[in-house]
Amino acid sequence: MSMPIIELTDVKKSFGPVSVLKGVGLKVYPGKITALVGDNGAGKSTLIKGLAGVQPYDDGVVLFNGEQVHLHNPREASRLGIEVVYQDLALCDNLDIVQNMFLGREETATGIFDEGRMEREASETLRSLSVRTVKSVRQKVSSLSGGQRQTVAIARSVLKSATVVILDEPTAALGVAQTEQVLNLVKRLADSGVAVLMISHNLVDVFQVADYISVLYLGQMVASVEASKTTSDDVVGYITGSKTYNGEAA
Amino acid sequence: MSATTVPETPAPPQQGSDLIGSGQEGGLLDQVKGYLQRLRSGEMGALPAVLGFVVLSGLFTALSPYFLTERNFANLLTQAATLVMLAMALVFVILLGEIDLSAGVTAGVAMSLFVVLSDPGGIAMNWILALIIALLSGVAIGTFIGFFVSRVGIPSFVVTLGLFLGFQGLQLIIIGAGGLYRIQQPEILSIQNSNMPPWAGWVMLAVILAVSFGMSMLDRRRRTRAGVPNRTIALLWIRLGLIAVIGGTVVALLNQNRGTGFLAVSGVPIVVPITLAILWVGTLVLDRTRFGRYIYAIGGNAEAARRSGIKVIGIKWAAFAVCSTLAVVSGIFSASKVGSVDAAFGRDLVLSGVAAAVVGGVSLFGGRGRLIHGAIGALVIAVITNGLGLLNLPGGVNFLVTGGVLILAATVDAVSRVRAGGSIIRR
Ligand SMILES: Nc1ncnc2c1ncn2[C@@H]1O[C@H](COP(=O)(O)OP(=O)(O)OP(=O)(O)O)[C@@H](O)[C@H]1O
Ligand SMILES: [Mg+2]
Repeated sequence: MSMPIIELTDVKKSFGPVSVLKGVGLKVYPGKITALVGDNGAGKSTLIKGLAGVQPYDDGVVLFNGEQVHLHNPREASRLGIEVVYQDLALCDNLDIVQNMFLGREETATGIFDEGRMEREASETLRSLSVRTVKSVRQKVSSLSGGQRQTVAIARSVLKSATVVILDEPTAALGVAQTEQVLNLVKRLADSGVAVLMISHNLVDVFQVADYISVLYLGQMVASVEASKTTSDDVVGYITGSKTYNGEAA
Repeated sequence: MSATTVPETPAPPQQGSDLIGSGQEGGLLDQVKGYLQRLRSGEMGALPAVLGFVVLSGLFTALSPYFLTERNFANLLTQAATLVMLAMALVFVILLGEIDLSAGVTAGVAMSLFVVLSDPGGIAMNWILALIIALLSGVAIGTFIGFFVSRVGIPSFVVTLGLFLGFQGLQLIIIGAGGLYRIQQPEILSIQNSNMPPWAGWVMLAVILAVSFGMSMLDRRRRTRAGVPNRTIALLWIRLGLIAVIGGTVVALLNQNRGTGFLAVSGVPIVVPITLAILWVGTLVLDRTRFGRYIYAIGGNAEAARRSGIKVIGIKWAAFAVCSTLAVVSGIFSASKVGSVDAAFGRDLVLSGVAAAVVGGVSLFGGRGRLIHGAIGALVIAVITNGLGLLNLPGGVNFLVTGGVLILAATVDAVSRVRAGGSIIRR
C-alpha cells in the first residue's frame, strides 16, 4: 500500500470544557476515496476544520507526505494543496462563479485582475470535471441550484492543483440525479490522483464510491476499514457503538 | 444500475470554442436580453435612481421656472458634490454590511483641526500641511473605528453612533463654543466657487472618453489573449456615445454664462474633475483589485471569505480607514462651499449620505452596489433638496421627503434581495 498523504495521530480538540476530539487517528491516501462516517455530533466537521486550518487542533501530530506540518490558518492548508468543500458550502452569493472559484487567489497583472485568464481557467476546470449544468461562468452564485453550487464548490477546490480534497456531506441536500452527478465528480477527482476525504451520512453513497471507511464515534476513531472488506450492517454497528471493530486500522 | 442514469441536459452547442459560456458572447440583442434578465431577477443597480433623477428633474422643471437654468444647474452640482463624496466614502463600509454614522462628524473634526491650525491669526500653520493633517486625522479616525469593529467585534452601528456623539464634543473643544472660522485659503475656496475655463471642460470630457476607450480596448486585448469571448464592440460605442452626449450637454450648459449683471461666470466647477478622478480610482480599486473584491466577498459571506484565506479583519479595518478619509474630502468640499467651519459642521450630513448610497442602489445588507451608485443616489437627494428649496415649501418638508425616499429605497433593496434568492432575514 502506498504512503498516506495525510496521517493524523492522537489529534485532540475541545471547546471549553467539551472535549470533541479525544485523540483521533486517520490516514488518507492519494487517488483513493476515504469516507468519514459517524453520528451527528461525533466530531467529523471539527476534524476536517482542523485539517483546513480554520479551527486548529489543540494537540496531536499531523503528517503531510510523512513530514510534520502545523495547520494554523487556511492559507497554510491551501499552500499544501489541502482544499475543503464545507457542509454549508461557503460561497459568496453576490459573486459570480469565476469570482468564487478564484476567491483568495486571484490572478493579477501588476495588481489588477486578469479576468480573462481567470474566466478561462474556471471554464477549463469545470469542463475537465465534465460539468455541463452551468450555462455561464459569469452567473451569480445566488442564481444556482443546490447541486450547481456543490459543483462550483468542488470545482473551486481542484482549481489550483489540489493534493487533498475534503468534502463535508457533499450530497446531503441533493436530489437523486444531482447526487449521482456529484458522486461521479468525486470519483473522477480520485481517478485523477487526488486524495479524497468525504464525510457522509448516506451509507449507500459511501459504499458506492469509498475505498476506505473510517468511523468516528463520540470523538474517537473506532474503525478504519477497507470498504470491500466490510458490510453496511457492520458500519452501522460501529457508528451507533453497538459493535466494536477488532481489526487493524487500514 | 440503469435506474440511476443521470438525465443530463445536453451540452450547449459549442461553436468553435471549447469553453462554457461567459455571458459575453452573442450580439447586441443577446446582451440586451441578458440585461433585462438580470433586471428581472432583482439586480437593478442604479436604474431606479436614474429613473428617479429623471422624473424628479422633470417634476421640478414643471413646478419651478428657475430649476432648469444654467445657474441652478451649476448650483445643484456644487451642492451635490459634498454629498456625492460622502456617499462614495460610505459605500466602502456599506458594502461590508457595516455602517459609519460618524462620517459627517469625522469630516467636522478634521475640518475643525484644519481651520484652527491654519488660521492666520492663530497657529498659522502652512495650509497644505494643515490639510494633510486633516486628511491623516481621517485615516486615524477610520483606523480607530476599524479597530473596535473588526478587532473587538462591536457592531459598527454602535461604535460609530458613540463617535457621532463624542466627536461633536471634540469638535466643540477644538473650535470653542460658538466659534466660527472663515476659510481663508483661496485654493480651498476655489474648489467649489471657481470654474475651469470653457476649453478645459471639453478637454476633461475628451480625457474621460479616451480613458474609457483605452481601458476597454486593453480589456479586450487581454481577454482575446486569454482566449475568452469579448462583448460585442457595439456596446462600447454605445457607452462612449452616451458619455459623449450626456457629458457634452453638461459641459455645454456649464460653459454658458450664468453670471448676473456684469460679472460673467462660466465653466465646469473645479470640484467636478476632482470628484470624477476619485470616482474613477475608487471604482478601479473596487472592481479590479484584491482589496475591492475582498470587500464584496466579506459583505456577501464573511465566513466564506475567511475560509478562502482572506484576512477579514485587515480588509474591514482598511475599508473604515478609506471611508473616514474620503469623508474628510467631503468635508473639504463642504467647507469650500459654505466658506466657514463652526462647531456644528458636518453634523447633519451623514444620514443624507447613507440615504444617497441606498437610493443609488447600494445594498444595506452588504455585498451589492458600486461607487457610482453612491454618486447617482447623491444627485437624486440633491435634486430633491434643491428642487424643494425652489418651491418655497416649509423647511420640514425636505427632511420628510428625504426620509421617505430613504425608506422607499431600503424597501426596494430588501425586496430585490429576496428576488435575487436571498432570504428576507439577515444572516
Ligand atoms: N465552535 C464550537 N463551539 C462549541 N462546540 C462546538 C463547536 N463546534 C462544534 N462543537 C461541538 O462539537 C461536537 C461535534 O461537532 P461536529 O460539527 O464536528 O459534528 P459532526 O460530526 O460534523 O456532526 P454532523 O453530522 O451533525 O455534521 C458537537 O457536539 C458540537 O456541538
Ligand atoms: Mg458536520
